[in-house]
Amino acid sequence: MESLAPSAFSLLVFPGFLFLGAYGTLAQWVDRKLYARMQRRVGPPWYQPVADLVKLLAKETIVPQAADMAVFQLLPAVAVAAACTAMLMVPVWGPGAVVSFQGDLIAVLYLLTIPTATFFLAGWSSTSPYAAVGSVRALTQLFSYEVPLFLSVIGAAILAGSLSVQEIAAFFAARPALLAVNLPGLCVALLALQGKLERVPFDIPHAETEVVGGPFTEYSGGLLALFLAATDMEMVVGAALISAVFLGGSLGLTGAAGFALFVAKTLGVVFILALMRALMARIRLEQMLGFCWKILAPVALAQILADILIKRVI
Amino acid sequence: MAQVTIPLGPQHPALKEPGNFLLTLEGEKVVGAKVRVGYNHRGIEKACEARTYLQDIYLIERICGICSHAHTTCFCMAVEELAKAEVPKRAQAIRVLVGELERLHSHLLWLGVAGHEIGFDTLFMYVWKDREHVMDCLELVGGNRVNYAINTIGGVRRDIAPEMKTELLKRLDILEERTKYYVEVGTQEPTLLARCAGVGMLPKDVAIRLGAVGPTLRASGVDMDVRRDDPHLLYGELDFKVITSDRCDVLGRVIVRVLEVLESVKICREVLNNLPEGPIAVKVPRRIPPGEVVTRYEAPRGEDIHYVRSNGTEKPDRVKVRAPTLANWASMAHMLEGGRLADVPITIAAIDPCFSCTDRATIVRDGVWGTLDLHSLRRRS
Repeated sequence: MESLAPSAFSLLVFPGFLFLGAYGTLAQWVDRKLYARMQRRVGPPWYQPVADLVKLLAKETIVPQAADMAVFQLLPAVAVAAACTAMLMVPVWGPGAVVSFQGDLIAVLYLLTIPTATFFLAGWSSTSPYAAVGSVRALTQLFSYEVPLFLSVIGAAILAGSLSVQEIAAFFAARPALLAVNLPGLCVALLALQGKLERVPFDIPHAETEVVGGPFTEYSGGLLALFLAATDMEMVVGAALISAVFLGGSLGLTGAAGFALFVAKTLGVVFILALMRALMARIRLEQMLGFCWKILAPVALAQILADILIKRVI
Repeated sequence: MAQVTIPLGPQHPALKEPGNFLLTLEGEKVVGAKVRVGYNHRGIEKACEARTYLQDIYLIERICGICSHAHTTCFCMAVEELAKAEVPKRAQAIRVLVGELERLHSHLLWLGVAGHEIGFDTLFMYVWKDREHVMDCLELVGGNRVNYAINTIGGVRRDIAPEMKTELLKRLDILEERTKYYVEVGTQEPTLLARCAGVGMLPKDVAIRLGAVGPTLRASGVDMDVRRDDPHLLYGELDFKVITSDRCDVLGRVIVRVLEVLESVKICREVLNNLPEGPIAVKVPRRIPPGEVVTRYEAPRGEDIHYVRSNGTEKPDRVKVRAPTLANWASMAHMLEGGRLADVPITIAAIDPCFSCTDRATIVRDGVWGTLDLHSLRRRS
């Protein structure tokens, strides 16, 4: 039991559920505020995401009669759990992650796919036409951005010669000049992350003017709050992953300085994501498929090729 | 692939007013579309018969929240024609000015809504912030942001003071500059082009056959504008271009509207700089001589038609309003079918529909015409 206590602490308090939830809420506010300022709006006060959460928790949770009660209620928790588990393998304040092993990069990417899978199942089990169309869109979209994202991350992994997030971060922290090699990969990863988080211009599954709430149409109250929290957490984990793989992680700094760098880098990624959201209109599903397969995937492949060649040189 | 039927509306985030579009989908492709309107019957035409002509103006003003001035102008022109009243030039100029300011605010409002429909909320926020300038202009002229209540039978109710003119010209300059920026956005922004080009096609011959009007018709390459073809008020003396586009798609409708905004700014400036002197209204007797008349007016959404029949009393015998949206509904199913689900909201929005202004309580079911009496209407509400 004693050996379980530190793991439980990591999963539930830091950097897991509580920390990730709080930081996700902050990131959501930063995103909303930046988005608003880019649109010449005032934007919400800092406590708005918390107020939204409290409001949602106070609301009645309705489960459609035709939906599978257990699955419908379990899915939001699965999404949150996946995001929290993924966070354990990404370095936060220092060069080290809580859990690290060869291949944890693949585990993180796999865990980050689970929320999207739960979105699909959630929409599918809602038995609403809007949710059904939305979830099919979510799944179709998944196949377009996942491959470029994986390819771009693997490019960096090849250069670092490791499949561990922590080791990749350490490799680039020791050789910051090599970060420039992966710039195209960074752009691909940022775009793919935007698709993963289903935000403009890739918010096709949630396009409110077309499919109302998309997969979440039938969700309400606490369950919806959990799903939204899972999306925020996914954004933080995604930003942290990009920071570790493409930006050198904490650059060897530890303690408060390392944490400050983590905050700066993740919020920087959030800034870019907000900028993308503000600059574009929502594209259509087939346009997104075309963009991801014809532009992002080839760029990521070229990136891998470049990484292999440079690896030979050094 | 199996066909799915999805109802869009009567309550749906894409719709600002209730209407129903029954879409048959094959995957994302729309293979069938049924348009059902009629959720908003308000009985305005009937109510007009129970009130005097002057009171009717207040009612007519409220047909549409966006083109309120278009409807009152059309109605007042009809009554003035019946009464054989000659409206002073200055009043006509003020009517044109407010009418063009209204077109400005309506088109800018539409551009914002169109941005929202394609998920471009930044465009929406930008345009609506700039639209505040024209709202301020309207408030300055009419005292109100939405129902300016400038029209009365025989002229207008408020004059344009010289200091108003300077302020209006200043605001028009800002609007013109901002609109030029939106012309650039509308013709160059890649994601906007990707969403609007080739969407909601309405070929020229179909547009004419189905009787489309306004920017929808002009974007299909038909050169028609009541302001030029049937000059009323001062329009015959003004210098303006009728904007058309041969694109026949939603992008064409975007381009036509933003360029029309620039034309409207020009008209407003010309009117303000050449404001005729004289009274702003003539007195018209309360009893209107018997007769019937049809007037046309180019509202922001297209040709607005009012029919007024008088029986010699101070109340009209019959008032009929044909809002421009009614003429555009017929082509809607044609524009939706063959498109994708993602294109449906912007295609509907592209005709700039005004559901409430259009709806009348005539029911055609299985080819049989019928009307609802008050009792059954109440039962349904």
